[in-house]
Amino acid sequence: MWTFIARRLLAIPPLLLAVTFLTYCLLYAAPGDYFTRLAEDPQVTEEYLSALRAKYGLEGGLFGRYWAWLINAIQLDFGDSFRFDLPVFDLIAERLSNTLLLTGSALIIAWGLALPLGVMAGVNQGKWLDKGASFISFVGLSIPRVFFALLMVMFAAVTEWFPVGGMRDQIYWDDFTPWEQVVDVAHHLVLPAIVIGTTSMAGYMRQMRAEMVETLSKDFVRTARAKGLSKRQVIYKHAFGNAVNPLITLFGYSLAALLTGSFLVEVVFAWPGLARLTVDAVFAQDEPLVMAAVLVATLMLVAGNTIADLLLAFVDPRIRLE
Amino acid sequence: MVDLNKDAETPVDDAPTAEELANASGGRSPWEILWGKLRRNRPAMFGMGVLVILYFGAIFAGFLSPYSYQNQFRDDNWHPPQFDDIQFWDDEGNFRGPHVYRLERLSPNIPEYEDSRKEVVEIDFFVKGDPYELLGMEFETHLFGAADGKTPIFLFGSDRFGRDVFTRILYGSRISLSVGIVGILISMSLGMLIGGIAGYFGGRTDFVLMRMVEVILAIPGLYLILTVRQAFGQDLDSTQSYFIMIVVLAFVGWAANSRVIRGMVLAIKENDYVVAAEAMGLSRLHIIVRHILPNTLSFVIVTATLYIPYYILGEVALSFLGVGIQEPEASWGLMLREAQNVAYLTDYRWVVTPGYFIFIAVMAFNFLGDGLRDAADPRSLQ
Repeated sequence: MWTFIARRLLAIPPLLLAVTFLTYCLLYAAPGDYFTRLAEDPQVTEEYLSALRAKYGLEGGLFGRYWAWLINAIQLDFGDSFRFDLPVFDLIAERLSNTLLLTGSALIIAWGLALPLGVMAGVNQGKWLDKGASFISFVGLSIPRVFFALLMVMFAAVTEWFPVGGMRDQIYWDDFTPWEQVVDVAHHLVLPAIVIGTTSMAGYMRQMRAEMVETLSKDFVRTARAKGLSKRQVIYKHAFGNAVNPLITLFGYSLAALLTGSFLVEVVFAWPGLARLTVDAVFAQDEPLVMAAVLVATLMLVAGNTIADLLLAFVDPRIRLE
Repeated sequence: MVDLNKDAETPVDDAPTAEELANASGGRSPWEILWGKLRRNRPAMFGMGVLVILYFGAIFAGFLSPYSYQNQFRDDNWHPPQFDDIQFWDDEGNFRGPHVYRLERLSPNIPEYEDSRKEVVEIDFFVKGDPYELLGMEFETHLFGAADGKTPIFLFGSDRFGRDVFTRILYGSRISLSVGIVGILISMSLGMLIGGIAGYFGGRTDFVLMRMVEVILAIPGLYLILTVRQAFGQDLDSTQSYFIMIVVLAFVGWAANSRVIRGMVLAIKENDYVVAAEAMGLSRLHIIVRHILPNTLSFVIVTATLYIPYYILGEVALSFLGVGIQEPEASWGLMLREAQNVAYLTDYRWVVTPGYFIFIAVMAFNFLGDGLRDAADPRSLQ
């Protein structure tokens, strides 16, 4: 077990090295740079531009620049964002916590709905409840999140029950008491979390249903029924525990998947998360910010996958980690 | 003395011959069996039917749409949809043929309309209109249009510039739906080739190729797609954007496929016929392409169908963020971009119409892909 964890952890640094180098190559290959737009201003001289480029480390070859970035990054210095003139580290930290708040809430919604619905569908296999659940899961799997998010914004705008975007009230935020601030953020959180949560719920629900159907046909369930146990006891005490086991690893992967999946929803709802920041940084060619954002997103994905593998090994003794 | 030979031979006698196996499946080829199973899967056939209609619409977009995709009726911008106002009988109950009432615009500056029920616009079929190209020839005949030839009819409403949304959805489907097919062809061929090479050669080649795959898979999808897209710069016209979009999506998409193909090739290359092909001295590329990869084909077809939505949604994402298809061309993602404006979203709700089409197309591919997967599963008996 420990050797497995050690090996997984040891594989991460070279992976991050390759990922950041690939990203740097792509940024390097893009025509122009952050200061290209400045050059259109006739008052800006060539000398000033090259002085700026030298100051921000935008001169020199690919390897030299990547090396300079890498040396600083190893010391956890990711530089300052060109656009915000703030340390990238602070920017990312704030946005990442917002993204995690959104995806975390979505995760709770997704699993909170998927498990009970999947169990009910599996127990009532073939009945209307099962058919309804499978219809919902098909819609959930197929509906594009952008479209669903736009429909939700429309809903919010027409009914005025929910704010149409952002994370906090633009006007009164500073006057709010801490409790009112929590309520306000929660109010802004509801719709985007529902969009991400319900669309990712579909896949997990299908899986839960399939596991439940399979477990209910096993011999030990028949034995439990033959002993005269009530249906409730059989389902919740005997079947559920066994059926939910394989889903634990899916939970690990869902941590990683949600991070990517929230991208466009964040853009539509103007949620101040990592996605919006990255889109703007990529388009503005704000190099330090893009590098750090891709690095953080990759770390999250890798962490999610590693957790999933560990959980799988933890719950399933048949898998030997060597 | 026990006759060992007899015992050993018995199972061989019982084993079905190739001929018997062929008879058991009715003498049908694997493809016929697949089709037979698929045909009885109702959701899959439904999905297939929807897709046939959608692709038919994309091919004959010029004929089916009443206008050209860039024809602007500036005086009729943000005109509401009329498909639900089509009537066949007039108010006295006499049959008049399909017609709509022309909406009256209240003010030239503000796009507000009122149904005054005064002016009747009769819909005619096979009318002359904007020229379009089909199969390399120029045509002017459109399936339907106003009988007078000039009053616009907006089935799904009009957009900011007074362009017909119905027309633009049809033209947009050409881009949105072809991205899926072209993208999956490129990334699947790439995935098969690289997966095949990695699996067959093994060793260092395998190690290097699979580490490459891991790097691509380690970066969350849209973060990578956006960065790759940005490497091509932003000042591109629609044709360039279209091809670069496909290249970008395929660059990100091949990795997952090649990993699975590699796993399959690892198992397939142990078969006797591969050893035989090697003994006959065939080139290794020939063995991979002709003897190994065809055996992964059922997986490839199922995966391709299930992955096409990824390309459709990739186009939507890129165009939605402004680095995909550019105006005045139409694509479903680009049309949805208008809906980012909350004021449009509340006042002109038909801006989200392309979203329904994306939804329908993705759902149809999912239905068909699920059906294909069940049909290709050898454990599922008919």
